[in-house]
Amino acid sequence: MFSEENIKKIEDLKKRYPTTTALTLPVLWMAQDQFGWISAEVMKYVAELLAVPVGHVLGVVTFYTMFNRKPIGRYHMQVCTNVSCQLRGAEKVLDHVCDRLGVRVGETTKDRRFTVSEVECLGSCGTAPMMQLNDEYHENLSPESLDRLINDLSRG
Amino acid sequence: MSEAAEKLILPHIPDLHRIEVYEQHGGYSALRKALGMKPEEVVDEVKKSNLRGRGGACFPTGLKWTFMPKQTTKQKYLCANGDESEPGTFKDRQIFESNPHLFIEGSLIAAYAMGINITYVYVRGEYLKWIKILQGAIDEAYRKGYIGQHVFGTTFSTEMYIHRGAGAYICGEESALMNSIEGYRGYPRVRPPFPAQFGLWGSPTTINNIETLANVPIIIDRGWEWYSKIGAPKHPGPLLYGVSGHVNRPGVYELPTGVLLTDLIYEFAGGISGNKKIKAVIPGGSSTMWLRGEEIEGVRMDADSLKVAGSAIGTGGVMVMDEETDILRVLARITRFYHHESCGQCTPCREGCGWMENILNRFVAGEGTLADVDLLLDVANNIEGNTICALGDAAAWPVQSVIKKFRDEFERRAKRGPSPKKPVHPPHVGALQP
Repeated sequence: MFSEENIKKIEDLKKRYPTTTALTLPVLWMAQDQFGWISAEVMKYVAELLAVPVGHVLGVVTFYTMFNRKPIGRYHMQVCTNVSCQLRGAEKVLDHVCDRLGVRVGETTKDRRFTVSEVECLGSCGTAPMMQLNDEYHENLSPESLDRLINDLSRG
Repeated sequence: MSEAAEKLILPHIPDLHRIEVYEQHGGYSALRKALGMKPEEVVDEVKKSNLRGRGGACFPTGLKWTFMPKQTTKQKYLCANGDESEPGTFKDRQIFESNPHLFIEGSLIAAYAMGINITYVYVRGEYLKWIKILQGAIDEAYRKGYIGQHVFGTTFSTEMYIHRGAGAYICGEESALMNSIEGYRGYPRVRPPFPAQFGLWGSPTTINNIETLANVPIIIDRGWEWYSKIGAPKHPGPLLYGVSGHVNRPGVYELPTGVLLTDLIYEFAGGISGNKKIKAVIPGGSSTMWLRGEEIEGVRMDADSLKVAGSAIGTGGVMVMDEETDILRVLARITRFYHHESCGQCTPCREGCGWMENILNRFVAGEGTLADVDLLLDVANNIEGNTICALGDAAAWPVQSVIKKFRDEFERRAKRGPSPKKPVHPPHVGALQP
């Protein structure tokens, strides 16, 4: 199921750690990058590949919040509402995003384009309020910048 | 305190993240110098500099290095902690972005000093952009021969790998970090045994913060005597202060330790938006005790001064709240964070954080009672000191300090009458993840 490139990467990674269990996180990252989310089948596949119990992989996937256990939209808007962002209007940002997209926190739009999540501090407190859009940070958000962003993404 | 001190960690040099630029400004000469010294001389230099860890606990770095066994047949490891997830903290990210080679050089010197030939750099999963920058810098250092076999033609050989986290605050706790590298859930371990005896895969391991390691080349380059004169004598050196919240110019400011908190807020971060008064300041990241606005006058930003003031330097993440802030709402949010991030191993933390969150949410919704204040304090007191790691303490301290310093706020907002039977949820309760 993994691409040739990923299989090769795994072989390289094995040289970095004394056990294959240590590859759990890096390999789950590869899986998420390739498949978009971590399904039960993917967990089984990763477990076989690393020769670890499926229960181990399940335990890891359910512990770390960045592993998506269900499919998400094309654009994953992860709004930080922790203190520094909260003090600079993050709750309004989250409301605004939800209102614009017609979803509640944790939901995906019907066209599967957007998923909205509320997340913990992303280490961007000096440029609050902010959100992570897929892998990128969008900082110093305002209702206007959010509208521009959502408009752009709705077209693209 | 108006003239800017020399910037040692984040100097204003364009393209410093590129190895050629870094070398032009003396980069990797400290590594060369260190490799000409005996490992124990390097440890001694760091010890005498009084460098203390920048991750929050302020433990003396040189002393930590001496805990590593000299004679052992086991593999030894260095873990550089770049999990940076404490709310209000955004400094390591700045090092990765602007001066990654300083950190790499510091890690290499640390590895040499402790006889380590494998370093794992643990970086939080969300920092993908900075992981890429750092990986680029590590690749450059490999190509130049600063990392790899026989550095500078010596017998010192070492490897450096990035290990990407995946969203878990607790992995910044050193023993949870090791479990995460080993491929497990980030559960903190019971100590003893300590990492220097039984760390990664049971081998001697030292865990240092990114900013701590970035200080090491400066010490080797300029000598411990010069370094130890910067800032507060017992906690010297440059420090990256992250100022956020209701200030005009939030951001990371590099200044010596011991700077006045008021200077940091008013002079460097540009004062409070709209010239409002300060209601409260969290001086060192969300885990540290709050200070009332009236208390910050004269408080200096170093480990000992903040201890006297009843708080801690933590990660140097200063969060400022103006007079209009709903502090109970802020406290409820902080507590919700700890509830979410509790790994669940210890009952007091796993259950207690949720109970504290529920009680605080009652106050936010106007349903809290006077009896709830004592109940909240009781729960906090029973979490503190009763858990494997410091997350429980970190959850209890803000609650305890706000009750102590702002009891009037609780009392003013308390509803007279019995507690509601059902939990009250804040407006934004929802799954943090889909």
